[in-house]
Amino acid sequence: MRASAFWRHPQWWLLPACLLLPLLVVYVSWGQFDARLWSHLATTVLPDYLLNSLLLAAGAGGLAALLGASLAWLLHFYQFPGRRLFQLLLILPLALPAYIIAYSYTALLDFSGPLQQGLRQLTGLGYGDYWFPQVRSVGGAICLFALVLYPYVYLLTRAALAGQSPRWQEASQILGVSRRRYFWAVLLPLTRPAVFGGMALVMMEVFADYGTVQYFGIPTLTTGIFRTWFGMNDRSGAAQLSSLLCTLALALMLLELYSRRQLRFYHAGQAGKTLQPQKLKGVRAWLATFAVSLVLWLAFFWPALALLVWSLETPAAWLSLDYLQLLGNSLSLAALSTVLLLVVALVLVYGLRQGLPAWQQLLIRLSGLGYAVPGTVIAIGVMWPLSAFDNWLDLFMEQQFGVRTGLLLSGTVLALLLAYLVRFLAVAMQALESGLSQIKPSMDQAAASLGCSRWQLLRRLHLPLLKTSLWTAALLVFVDVLKELPATLLLRPFNFDTLAVRTFELASDEQLAAAAVPALTIVLAGLLPVILLNKAALKN
Amino acid sequence: MLMKFRLLSLVLLTSGFASTQAAEVNVYSARQQELIKPLLDKFSQQTGIKVNLITGKPDELLSRMQSEGRNSPADLLISTDVGRLYRAQQAGLLQPLQSNTLEQAIPAALRDPAGHWFGLTTRARPIIYVTGKVDPKDLSTYEDLASPKWRGKICIRSSDNIYNQSMLAGMIAVLGEEKTQAWANGLVQNFAQPPKGGDRDQIKAAAAGVCDIAIANTYYLAAMFDDAKDAAAAKAVSVFWPNQQDRGVHINISGAAVAKYAPNAKQAAQLLEYMTGADAQAWYAQTNHEYPVVQGVARSSVLQGFGEFKADALPLVKLGELNQQAIQTMDKAGWK
Repeated sequence: MRASAFWRHPQWWLLPACLLLPLLVVYVSWGQFDARLWSHLATTVLPDYLLNSLLLAAGAGGLAALLGASLAWLLHFYQFPGRRLFQLLLILPLALPAYIIAYSYTALLDFSGPLQQGLRQLTGLGYGDYWFPQVRSVGGAICLFALVLYPYVYLLTRAALAGQSPRWQEASQILGVSRRRYFWAVLLPLTRPAVFGGMALVMMEVFADYGTVQYFGIPTLTTGIFRTWFGMNDRSGAAQLSSLLCTLALALMLLELYSRRQLRFYHAGQAGKTLQPQKLKGVRAWLATFAVSLVLWLAFFWPALALLVWSLETPAAWLSLDYLQLLGNSLSLAALSTVLLLVVALVLVYGLRQGLPAWQQLLIRLSGLGYAVPGTVIAIGVMWPLSAFDNWLDLFMEQQFGVRTGLLLSGTVLALLLAYLVRFLAVAMQALESGLSQIKPSMDQAAASLGCSRWQLLRRLHLPLLKTSLWTAALLVFVDVLKELPATLLLRPFNFDTLAVRTFELASDEQLAAAAVPALTIVLAGLLPVILLNKAALKN
Repeated sequence: MLMKFRLLSLVLLTSGFASTQAAEVNVYSARQQELIKPLLDKFSQQTGIKVNLITGKPDELLSRMQSEGRNSPADLLISTDVGRLYRAQQAGLLQPLQSNTLEQAIPAALRDPAGHWFGLTTRARPIIYVTGKVDPKDLSTYEDLASPKWRGKICIRSSDNIYNQSMLAGMIAVLGEEKTQAWANGLVQNFAQPPKGGDRDQIKAAAAGVCDIAIANTYYLAAMFDDAKDAAAAKAVSVFWPNQQDRGVHINISGAAVAKYAPNAKQAAQLLEYMTGADAQAWYAQTNHEYPVVQGVARSSVLQGFGEFKADALPLVKLGELNQQAIQTMDKAGWK
């Protein structure tokens, strides 16, 4: 693309630049470097912060990739009892916020929980007499994160598999390639971008987590940010720690890009028929059913059941909630921001395909970094420029016309939507990009040579081919917004609560039983869209 | 699609101009909705003043006020600890309020001398021990908990928590930094397990046999009696009031303050006064088991069961001033 074309497409430089603004705020903080603070951090807690953040992200990312990818492959290629139902159920853990599953597992498995108490009553052992895995540990956190986050990998891999032509398999069969070899030589490389993409999302989500690690007492960069900011009242120190987190995410993103630097994955065109899954028989079929059920039980049914039991124990909590309003707020916010996110992500991802200059491509990639940054940091990054603008305009109008405009943007739903956009753009982009990367550029060229405009190309060729990816992106983003907490908490207007906000408030006051009621409602509210979107994603 | 969105955002924008015709008051509250809304509703009923509410974490609410500047709609800031009120005052976010009603109702130690903030309830952080397992005669002061006789017997939550930070700040104010550091080092040696979970979790761990002693706020223990799941653990422990021979047990407050740029300062003062009224004070004492700041208000039976105690009379401002030092002390002690 020539330099003169540069200014013609503001959507591919101005838009990502604006989205990056909240993140830049954290880097600007290095202007105020406090050597005393940093020497304190470096000699006491910083090594722990870094080590734990990296361990958690790598562990949870790896485990989630293993779980998500195996499940997607299993369900794609084999037929076994319960398969159709599993296709739907396996997405459900998405609706559970990680800190909620952390609370419910702690209640079950902790020393003072029913399981260990029962064990002690049976055996007569006391504290310290026996070994039992600690839920509230780095290992425990890795397992719980993997359990609720594997759907990212599962969904992206599933979408990638759905986009594969069965001809790959037919050709392999004709050439006498064994099943095992087919898996390693064809399937794995073909789905690798999706698996890695999903894994990167999981790792970023883990970087940004605050609720779980704080409850588990694991010091990470995120807890360090809040400790420095709230506890030591050092905002620039907190912002500097945030920039470390941003940089880690950046490294992750570059690594992911590098891993597929020379790979190109395209359909071999639209194949006539779809692949029929192979039927598993006997023990192997039931083993498959059992394995998938086990994952589901651990990741969804057990925690959901615990929430249900707790909420039945506190019938008063059901009555005290203004359900319809909370539900309405949560759902409309999620729907609105999903639409916004999909449009913006599509525009940006589309730009990546246009052979933009490298710096523009990088800019677009960078705009997805918000996913690894704690929601609170993003919220501050959004709030600060918005209210600066509001206050500037207010002053200007007063001086010029004697009219005060007050706060126009901050404190409105618009600020919230903006924060969601910055925070979750990576999710939508990742899902769309892995879909778009499978469409051969030669198809674009063919369409262009037939006189298709760019708009026609998008509408008539890409959108139909992208349907699965679009629905997948919508599903992920919708549920993410539904359970989003920190930015909502900080930016929402007066008298505007969501289910996640209410859950958090009760849980933070250690009223776990009462918190179960809104938490369960988040799960229920997430179910219907998950079912609908999943249906749409599978149909295409 | 884009057009639709533009329209929508316009609608959303205009909805931001809430009318300021009727009498109303805007509250930024670090106290969660469940523990404030019933009172606000009663206030609205009595006075006809509409109350708009945003809840959130205290420091985030401060950040919001700060960035909103002179256009901030906040009238009243409600906080669950004194550290944040102090911080808000330091950041120039509060205005002083002269009110005879408040000055008569609230003891001087529990409010800012210049009237920038006022305590509404107090919460104490005593030693909680397993009944029968620990002889209360062996307990005396917070300082004593660092002695080797308690090796592996103490449960306390993470140093991320403001209540621990305030407790340490209170000790630094009295004992100085060096002694407090030595104390924190000793206490960490005595931990039964790495700190995790909240205050309730410490009490439950003690009841289950992980440790003999837990340090937790009174209202967490009191609330456990109301919760079918936790009542058994609450019944297994007793409260010990430490340092009764010298400075008294560590306390903190929940409190409120009028914002610097409050558009409805008069209504904010009215609401503040209402919250120190007999009704409101009794509600906190009964529903959330907090100690009222106003003398002579009936407490819940659970609170009465904990007995009377001497509270640390340290001016609460100190807790705010020393918070950062407290954290650095805990960092150095390896208190996770």
